[in-house]
Amino acid sequence: MYSADIIIEALINGLLTGAIYALVALGLTLVYGVLHIINFAHGALLAAAMFAVLLTNQVVGLDPYVQIPFLMVIFFALGYGLQRLVIGPASHGRDENILLVTLGLSIVIENLLLAGFGSDTRSLNTDYSFAVFEVGPYLLGQARVFGAGGALATAALLWLFLSRSDTGKAIRAVAKEKIGASLQGIDVAHVYAVTFGLGCACLAVAACLLLPTFYVNPKIGSAYVLVAFTIVVLGGMGSIVGAMLGGLIIGAVESMSGLFLGESLGQIGIFVIFILTLLLKPTGLFGAKA
Amino acid sequence: MLEVTGLVAGYGSTEILRGIDLRVEAGEIVAVLGSNGVGKTTLNMVLSGLIEPRGGDIRFDGRSLKGTSPAEIVAAGLIQVPEGRRIFPNMGVRENLELGSYGRARKNRAKNLEKVFDTFPRLKERIGQFAGTLSGGEQQMLAIGRGLMAEPKLLILDEPSLGLSPLLVEEMFALIERLNGAGLAIMLVEQNVVQSLELASRAYVVENGAVALSGDAATVAADPELRRTYLGL
Ligand SMILES: Nc1ncnc2c1ncn2[C@@H]1O[C@H](COP(=O)(O)OP(=O)(O)OP(=O)(O)O)[C@@H](O)[C@H]1O
Ligand SMILES: [Mg+2]
Repeated sequence: MYSADIIIEALINGLLTGAIYALVALGLTLVYGVLHIINFAHGALLAAAMFAVLLTNQVVGLDPYVQIPFLMVIFFALGYGLQRLVIGPASHGRDENILLVTLGLSIVIENLLLAGFGSDTRSLNTDYSFAVFEVGPYLLGQARVFGAGGALATAALLWLFLSRSDTGKAIRAVAKEKIGASLQGIDVAHVYAVTFGLGCACLAVAACLLLPTFYVNPKIGSAYVLVAFTIVVLGGMGSIVGAMLGGLIIGAVESMSGLFLGESLGQIGIFVIFILTLLLKPTGLFGAKA
Repeated sequence: MLEVTGLVAGYGSTEILRGIDLRVEAGEIVAVLGSNGVGKTTLNMVLSGLIEPRGGDIRFDGRSLKGTSPAEIVAAGLIQVPEGRRIFPNMGVRENLELGSYGRARKNRAKNLEKVFDTFPRLKERIGQFAGTLSGGEQQMLAIGRGLMAEPKLLILDEPSLGLSPLLVEEMFALIERLNGAGLAIMLVEQNVVQSLELASRAYVVENGAVALSGDAATVAADPELRRTYLGL
């Protein structure tokens, strides 16, 4: 058996990683909550963002954390454009078409990454990639501490934006009452695009926070999206608070099952949670009653 | 102020409106009456730009609204309080009202918020409550208050008395009269024929996709056909 210290340390590291997972889930749940679609391109876009961080680091030498503001803006614009110019027009307002369009998009992005970078797994090493903070008896990965801080700060900013700004209020209005929103002069197509852009901006930040410790390859997105999807289901589809809390829970569960079942089986705990949520509380922790 | 000529609209292969002509002048209350499913709400949605017309013309304040977006129509001052209220249930009373000035009169938001609270003290008491948990009457007040936040030039009310108790219906009609007394032009779409005709200066009765009867409210109210069909007299 492990000592209590080892378990607590693993738990804290799991929670820290979970905060970044939560950020990935946040983008997914936000788009679901407003556009009422699962964005199948979410994972591929995350992989694209991670390669963007890697490339910028190798070519310009910019630290991943320093890249956050730039990549965030670029991915917001990319997401806005994708929704406004590709996904929206190609789906003619039908949800099943949107699903297919985002699925197609994910295939295109993955193949572009494969063509550009090959199928190798790569990583980015910084001075702090393997450094640790000693907090009492516990050793916490520095990159994980920074990553969790960045993820929580991003989530807080997003929450402020949604609750305080007129555009944020318009997003929440469109989520529940499209016609009522249109009648106040809210441009629904614009709101959809802004929401998609915000989802992509979350991915960009997550990519910057992930790369100092996590590796990347063109297919990595699907692994994160499965975790993110579990978080979204656990937290309640469309719920932002649910995504944050769900992320932390999943991070802790992954870390615990990794500790007790071995790294390769670490993800089993996540899927047990996924199935249990669907069986016991299909609306999730914070989900609306459908 | 609003002039609709030969308006044709529908869904898919069904034509609902087959040539509607009507107008609303500044300062008027105009009643639009008609039985269930005749297309009154459809007409409102066309006027607000949410359904594209298939023919005819809509002129508001001297310019054609054809091909204009819902946001531009709101900005021009044609504001609709829709059937079923369509408030934002997940947001508070204040936020609902704030969004009423999203597309127009945003600069006067604070001032208009006070005005709406003066008109509906009940809403002020519930300022932080989620709109979805308001009573039906309170939701209707909120929907109208949200419409007023945009400083409408013409306010379209789609069945404002629907689902209200008789006492609240009285209050609602009194309110409409007050708003009009302050100079607001109102297009009142109603099932409540008697009370609407008491309030309105003119009225249109829609049947089979076109205006079957129109004129002074008093003349329309005296029409034998109308009295038979809508009042059972
Ligand atoms: N989205 C839609 N798709 C297809 N048909 C529709 C749609 N909306 C309304 N209709 C049909 O159009 C007709 C007119 O509907 P509308 O809601 O405009 O009537 P209304 O006069 O407002 O009725 P009510 O007094 O009951 O509110 C009805 O037959 C209705 O079934
Ligand atoms: Mg109707």
